[in-house]
Amino acid sequence: MADIAATAAPSTETTTLPARLAKSFVNRLVIIIPYLWLLFFFLVPFIIVFKISLSQTAISMPPYTPVLDFSDGISGFFAGFRELNFDNYTWLTQDALYFNAYVTSLIIAAISTILTLIVGYPIAYGMARAPATIRPTLLMLVILPFWTSFLIRVYAWIGILKPEGLLNQLLMSLHIISQPLVILNTYTAIFIGIVYSYLPFMVLPLYSSLEKMDYSLVEAAEDLGCPPIGAFWKITFPLSLPGVVAGCLLVFIPAVGEFVIPDLLGGSQTLMIGKTLWNEFFSNRDWPVSSAVAVILLLVLTIPIMFFQQAQAKAQEQGR
Amino acid sequence: MNSTWSRFNITSIVLGFAFLYLPIVLLIIFSFNESKLVTVWGGFSTKWYVSLFHNQGLMDATWVTARVGVISATVATVLGTLAAITLTRYTRFRGRVLFSGMVFAPLVMPEVITGLSLLLLFVAVGLDRGFFTVTLAHITFTMCFVAVVVQSRLVSFDRSLEEAAMDLGAPPVKTFFQITLPVILPAIISGWMLAFTLSLDDLVIASFTSGPGATTLPMKIYSQVRLGVTPEINAACTILIAVVAIGVIIASIANKRREIQRQLDEQAAQRG
Repeated sequence: MADIAATAAPSTETTTLPARLAKSFVNRLVIIIPYLWLLFFFLVPFIIVFKISLSQTAISMPPYTPVLDFSDGISGFFAGFRELNFDNYTWLTQDALYFNAYVTSLIIAAISTILTLIVGYPIAYGMARAPATIRPTLLMLVILPFWTSFLIRVYAWIGILKPEGLLNQLLMSLHIISQPLVILNTYTAIFIGIVYSYLPFMVLPLYSSLEKMDYSLVEAAEDLGCPPIGAFWKITFPLSLPGVVAGCLLVFIPAVGEFVIPDLLGGSQTLMIGKTLWNEFFSNRDWPVSSAVAVILLLVLTIPIMFFQQAQAKAQEQGR
Repeated sequence: MNSTWSRFNITSIVLGFAFLYLPIVLLIIFSFNESKLVTVWGGFSTKWYVSLFHNQGLMDATWVTARVGVISATVATVLGTLAAITLTRYTRFRGRVLFSGMVFAPLVMPEVITGLSLLLLFVAVGLDRGFFTVTLAHITFTMCFVAVVVQSRLVSFDRSLEEAAMDLGAPPVKTFFQITLPVILPAIISGWMLAFTLSLDDLVIASFTSGPGATTLPMKIYSQVRLGVTPEINAACTILIAVVAIGVIIASIANKRREIQRQLDEQAAQRG
């Protein structure tokens, strides 16, 4: 990080040497402080997770045998390589539970992402076409639920979905159903929970790309005889694709590792990897295996996360 | 534009907002329920709020959560603002790709991974789990949200203002505090509020990084929810929602005022 201050503005050529030194010092601090913080609290922890995923479970505190310990010096460090074991990873491949949990999580996340898109798109579209005067209010109304606790919003659905809950009471009093529907503790409840909790993440990027769109294109297509639905698929939807991609990634990635929703709405039967990791850690106290679960989850998510970073970086470039 | 706001659009917005708000409204209504059954209306009552204030465990957890929230949001705002400045102002330095990766990745990182990895770090360096470790963990994951919020404001910032100040002899630090900071202040404030509410909400990361004596409110709510839905939790949730809603409303009014003041100033300046 020696050449951090490489972005001196042309105007600094005229300033005096002490001022320039002061500026470069400040520049360095501005970068170094958050950089070091993230290195130490974000990157280093992942390395530790990886390291512990290669160690063995032990009944002690912390409950694993240390590997690659620098306390024995460099030779001890290299000797440690021979003691590395991939038992935890073999264990993950042998037990079908983990494989199923990964696959189920990916499928649940994918289905819920599509459902969120289907629910969110009309809302974002309606907002983007709303009179400009009320658009800020609508935007505020979409963001506001995001400020209320995630846990509370998931919790609110328990009272609605349970067998003697409000939804069943309503449907039965309207004589639509005679028996209460079992929704809580099923995958349906997880879908509802994810769509509900992540809806603002989908609507906001969709709205920002739909709002920038030039609607005279749609009008031109319709004037030339294109039916409205055709115009939507040929013009509106392709133009909103950056928003669709950003929204889907913002929903999909966290949904794969989701814990609270499957735990509270999905009941004990549902297998999702976030829940599996939690149980390995808190119930079985098996730190090495839960670390291995985390490492593989991270690997599974690497590609979507890289896509997300690229989309963010691009958006940043465009905003410039 | 008005003519294109068709019935379809209005319907989808109304249904969408009903979906977003109905569960929260129902939760608030049933916190005033006389009956102990959460889903059967037994008349208006505030008794659950009274019993809430006599629940020492919940009150302790609230106090812990509030302190963690204020401290972590404040530090995260400083760090996040610095990160945002780095991202927008320094386009080339060694390790920039890694840096932007570390800022954006936590936004989507599953909480179980963040929680587990931070816990293992704290164990590795021998920090006792408790108030301090939860605060450190919250600083780390909320600073990235602050960075994104502040960065979006910095991108649209007119840099010639800063250059003018420096040409007139203002040192960089003074330029920052007198020119840049006032302009990006609304973003910094909303970044702080976002960090505070994220910290207030967090269950998963706090569960991993917290220790005895530092139970946060979401952890307390979660352990009670697992035992069953009670009106008392509804009351606790309603209070949390009210606190956040009041904060958001005050912030948006303040924002609007500042905006109007700015427009008036600009008009006055144009008139000379």
